Amino acid sequence: MSELKLQKMDENRWLIPAAGGMRVPGMVYSSERLMKEMGRDESPKQVANVAHLPGILKYSLAMPDMHWGYGFPIGGVAAFDLNDGVISPGGVGYDINCGCRLVATKLRVEDIRGRMEEIVTALYRDIPSGVGSRGPLKLSLSEEKKVLHDGSRWAVKAGFGTASDLDTTEDGGRMEGGDPDLVSQRALERGREQLGTLGSGNHFLEIEVVDEIFDEAIAAAFGLQKDQVAVMIHSGSRGLGYQVCDDYLARLVKLIPKLGFPLPDRQLACAFLDSREGKEYFAAMACAANYAWANRQVLMHWTREVFERTLRRSPADLGMRLVYDVCHNIAKFETLPLGGKQVKVCVHRKGATRSFPPGHPSLPDIYRTSGQPVLIPGDMGTGSYVLAGTEKAFQETFGSTCHGAGRVMSRSQAMKAGRGRSIRREMSDRGVIVMAAGRGTLSEEMPEAYKNIHEVVNVCHEAGISRKVARLKALGCIKG
Amino acid sequence: MKRYRVFDHTADMGIEIFGETQKALFIHAAFAVFDLMADLHSVQQKESHRISVEGADREDLLINYLREVLYLFNGKKLLLKRFSIDEIDDRHLTGDVQGEIFDPGRHLLKREIKAVTYHRAEVRETEHGWQGKVIFDV
Repeated sequence: MSELKLQKMDENRWLIPAAGGMRVPGMVYSSERLMKEMGRDESPKQVANVAHLPGILKYSLAMPDMHWGYGFPIGGVAAFDLNDGVISPGGVGYDINCGCRLVATKLRVEDIRGRMEEIVTALYRDIPSGVGSRGPLKLSLSEEKKVLHDGSRWAVKAGFGTASDLDTTEDGGRMEGGDPDLVSQRALERGREQLGTLGSGNHFLEIEVVDEIFDEAIAAAFGLQKDQVAVMIHSGSRGLGYQVCDDYLARLVKLIPKLGFPLPDRQLACAFLDSREGKEYFAAMACAANYAWANRQVLMHWTREVFERTLRRSPADLGMRLVYDVCHNIAKFETLPLGGKQVKVCVHRKGATRSFPPGHPSLPDIYRTSGQPVLIPGDMGTGSYVLAGTEKAFQETFGSTCHGAGRVMSRSQAMKAGRGRSIRREMSDRGVIVMAAGRGTLSEEMPEAYKNIHEVVNVCHEAGISRKVARLKALGCIKG
Repeated sequence: MKRYRVFDHTADMGIEIFGETQKALFIHAAFAVFDLMADLHSVQQKESHRISVEGADREDLLINYLREVLYLFNGKKLLLKRFSIDEIDDRHLTGDVQGEIFDPGRHLLKREIKAVTYHRAEVRETEHGWQGKVIFDV
């Protein structure tokens, strides 16, 4: 379908030479096998489209889990010069600061064997999930604005978790520069009842067990051991984030004729970083990012409580410690190596994870020598990977790596493939207890609908943009 | 004539919409949003809302119209099933929507539509009537 010629650079990288209005080349991280799947959709074209944006630096990048999005491909990474570059809501996505967090426990798999049905049922009952789900928290407007300004810090202050959780959250769970007054009434309205809700679609809360360790030293630094039980939470900024994206997209689309350069896709609508619109989008996006961090913090807190109640164990006994929290839909100001210098740029990661190297000052002391924990949720039932950030990612990919498995089947294809099957029973036969709110969710999210996560992660490992540390296997899962 | 048809898009969901007139096409698109989100059989027409939308061109107008009806669900919890348009050109429309407040006890939600995207949006008049295309983020 795509007319673009990709040139194979090495086993894991493919170049899209700059042509037409492209200001830089594209670079896709992929194996030969994954490339065959990618070539079928239009995502390489989207990598090329992103390269048309002014101020883009070095390459328009795509990670091996790349798939067809709108505007930017999912799995896209692009960095922009602060003086003549742009910021684009489409380069972040609707679910601003969608991300995941991994909570390690002191439990071993034998401690919960036979209790999974009970734990999953309790989680399903107590953690609000599903389409448009509302939680028990009803925020006043002033309280909601505090959430938007303070992110996870608000949550910890309000009693959801402890201060140490902030140390192991990307950016401490709070993005600077959020201005709640730049978030619309509609977005505020949608956010009021959704804090502490998982949402629907690919969002989930999964109980997992560490199944394999690839790097003993780093796994030890992350506090992970074989057969240890952990919880992965994947959620974002809910309706508030979608509305922020949509509001600013509508506003920026109107300004496309004034930008002074042609855009290959309206969904790439953007604003110069130093323009009023660009600054205002960033300030509103930061609010949604903060909301997402507070959301995952609250979800984790309730998960801890469910474990305490269901297993009748004390917090000290369970030792549920946040290993790390990463965001994978975001635009951020970061200082990165560029042409032998350290340069502050605006990095867009749309379905990509930060992968910062050992020694980076933004990492907490406990991870100074290991590098940043990178969390890669797999499809339902396959489990997840824990990787570590590397110097090579810092040098080559603006400190970024993949974010997940990436879809290969559309949702309707998956629904078709799931017709007449009980996905729940199939999962149970594989040893995974699943409960989902949505009728079609289990079919839409069936494992075959996703790329092979092992292959995606191996490409990142072999390309050196993150290092394999551990693999976790799913035991139980609640989905929206 | 079929009102709409779902087409495949890897991560998201697209619809092709059909109508004998531009007005019908827009109404069918709004219906599709709610038909994809919920089982509309149990939804009654208890409440009515007036809608007025603007856009830079036909496509932009369609997207803004769908944004508006989607917001009535997300912000006002209204499940809509009936749509009418009094006036429409390429840049403005006014009309009414009818439905009722979502009641989890009686209504079944099928999926979430996060947003209406501009990606590949299309509205055109053909020999056989009007056709449109929109991709939703789901």
